Amino acid sequence: MKSGFGLLTASFLILISGCKREDRGFRVSAPAANAIQAISLDPIHPGGASTDELIKNDYEENAYALSEGKRLYSQMNCVGCHAHGGGGMGVPLMDDKWIYGSRPEQVFATIVEGRPNGMPSFRGKIPDYQVWALVAYVRSMSGLASQNAAPNRDDHMHLGPPESSREQQSPKDVPPTK
Amino acid sequence: MSRRAREHKAWRFNVGAGVILLMLFAASGCRGSQNVLNPGGSQASHISNLWWFYFWITVSIYCLVLIFLISAIIRTTRKPFVPAGSREVLPTNSDEERRKTIFIGAAIGLSLATLFVLFLADLFTGRSLHSLRAADALTIKVTGHQWWWEAVYEDQVASNQVTTANEIHLPVGKPVQIKLASHDVIHSFWVPNLHGKKDLIPGHPTTLWIQADKAGVYRGQCAEFCGHQHAHMRLLVVAEDEEYFQQWLSRERSNAHIPETENQIHGEKVFLQTTCVMCHAIQGTVANGKVGPNLTHVANRRMLAAGRIPNARGYLAGWILDPQHLKPGVQMPQHNLSSDQLQALLDYLESLN
Repeated sequence: MKSGFGLLTASFLILISGCKREDRGFRVSAPAANAIQAISLDPIHPGGASTDELIKNDYEENAYALSEGKRLYSQMNCVGCHAHGGGGMGVPLMDDKWIYGSRPEQVFATIVEGRPNGMPSFRGKIPDYQVWALVAYVRSMSGLASQNAAPNRDDHMHLGPPESSREQQSPKDVPPTK
Repeated sequence: MSRRAREHKAWRFNVGAGVILLMLFAASGCRGSQNVLNPGGSQASHISNLWWFYFWITVSIYCLVLIFLISAIIRTTRKPFVPAGSREVLPTNSDEERRKTIFIGAAIGLSLATLFVLFLADLFTGRSLHSLRAADALTIKVTGHQWWWEAVYEDQVASNQVTTANEIHLPVGKPVQIKLASHDVIHSFWVPNLHGKKDLIPGHPTTLWIQADKAGVYRGQCAEFCGHQHAHMRLLVVAEDEEYFQQWLSRERSNAHIPETENQIHGEKVFLQTTCVMCHAIQGTVANGKVGPNLTHVANRRMLAAGRIPNARGYLAGWILDPQHLKPGVQMPQHNLSSDQLQALLDYLESLN
């Protein structure tokens, strides 16, 4: 009886998580557009450390947003420099090395602000909610987004495993090489 | 009135309304800009001729079958009742048996002959559909996107190529080659007044020859389910006299109108400095996006958003601010423009003729 109840609860929870995964938000506001104010790349702060609140990007659990991120990744030409995660002119995105931070708000800032040695600023060029979709997809490339929601197939030929079955990397902060 | 009688009346009303709707629907089928039975070109005439040929043959067969059925019922009810188990149930009458055998054999032979005639009609229609060809014909490359049509008028000289979207113009009376391709999923190119359907399969380019013999505006529609906004993936085909067509083509070849008024200049800045420039191209500016429709001469088009809305200032404003309301799921994002920016952008886009 007890196990039956447990099973029922578990299946209910699975169902609920499924709703979130398949939710298609066409008219949405970005998860945390103001988060960019709180981002810092430096651990040293005047007057004591600021509270380091972790920002959660709901898009990392949403299959539609992740696939939109994947579409934008090539349409906005991220693919031109970062290739399909292996890097080229730009740094690889499917490994565990992050020069400017791996947390969602840090990736968001990197896209919006641009970074030295080639990464352009996309401020005002991509709406915030689409940047958040890109952030979710970029993190899914190294297995940091939900594996249940990450894209598991590609429209074109793809040599590597799909994003949904990438091994989750443990992000390491590394300084820029130049 | 009892509940049952009321239900019966409601049912009768529903059936009546249904029949009237069906008749209106059938009557509306005789004209229109998106209609197989209103051909605007030779190929569509072949198709509609075949359709009517099939229609009249099958209708006459249906009537014949009904006549035989009714006469059989009448004859059976007139015959005296024979109780089951009596010896009269299976009378043997070799003359009648022979007559019936001949009759049924002839009916089967006639059916086979009719089917063969239909088959031949189909075959010859197919042949004449595929016989349309011409050297040096105008070639338009039509690419299906979710959910709009891209059209490129090919030319030997690269700078003479014209890229437009959701509205193609054709010269009347000339065969035109349409090269079909898909950018994402399977679509289907279908302009019923000009030709049948042709699927656009990713990675498998195909061609279709069409010819419009009557000037007019015909409507096409994606005919293969391609996602959320499949129903709002339409295109217009404008068939016009050679002279008008050449005028249209040379205007489309030219660079975009250079902004003149202060508001238009501001609008161009808004276009180039915000999200628009990431996806759209305007020939003659730095905007060279390939993701969305080319907007070089957008003000000349009759419709916007692949036939979803008419091309008018108010609709355009709504479309720019909140496309997800008009066409949920469309790849164009919402934009937070101030009213000054929006008005300037509208002035600029309306000047692109």
